[in-house]
Amino acid sequence: MVGNESVPLVCEQDIVLARQAVRKAALQLGFSLVDQTKIVTAASELARNAVVYGGGGRLELEIVTENGRQGLRLTISDEGKGIEDLTLAMKDGWTTGTGLGMGLPGTKRLVNDFRITSQPGIGTTVIVTRWK
Amino acid sequence: MGRFLLVTIQIEMDDGIALRLQEDLTTRIEKTGSRGVLIDISALEMVDSFIGRMIANISAMSHILNARTVLVGMQPAVAITLVELGLTLPGVRTALNVERGMALLAASDDENAEDASGRK
Repeated sequence: MVGNESVPLVCEQDIVLARQAVRKAALQLGFSLVDQTKIVTAASELARNAVVYGGGGRLELEIVTENGRQGLRLTISDEGKGIEDLTLAMKDGWTTGTGLGMGLPGTKRLVNDFRITSQPGIGTTVIVTRWK
Repeated sequence: MGRFLLVTIQIEMDDGIALRLQEDLTTRIEKTGSRGVLIDISALEMVDSFIGRMIANISAMSHILNARTVLVGMQPAVAITLVELGLTLPGVRTALNVERGMALLAASDDENAEDASGRK
């Protein structure tokens, strides 16, 4: 992967394409198999949120370097209805949809950095990083 | 495979395929009167909450249809990730490989048969 890559998230098949793009980038970075699996699974969860709850969005992949270490950063954004109560959404067991309620807190455990911003009516952006 | 259905997942699952598999499998259990379902996921490089829920659903639905489900072949990296994600698949029986999974299904089916015939 040279530079940044962007994957549109419109339909269910795009979730698969997002997983494949993240797998490829993680492989190129030399991630261990467990780390690859974690970041790919995190991407799958977040991509599904964007497609199902956010009305579609976009995944951006970026290779980042900080203090001499390399990482893979994913930015998943949508322009959906947003999340009213982020504190509640980050609690284990909470869900509004048909999920098992482990979406966001579960995904947070799969990455090293997790940042989320959401505004009702404007959309949600999640930025996650997994370091090598 | 006689009394049991063997499902080998060899493609990358999108959500639609996962849902179809759930429907097809429950229909097959009903049609064939199978007593067990063995799901081989050794080719799956990732199981997220959606696919995990599909597996748990198949297990619950087949239980109601009087069939047992055994999940086999989960890759270690997938297992580690699933547990961190918070998905422990309660109620889903697992085995390391197809052979052991079949043995587990056969053993549980024999137990059921004994119970039904009033022996033991």
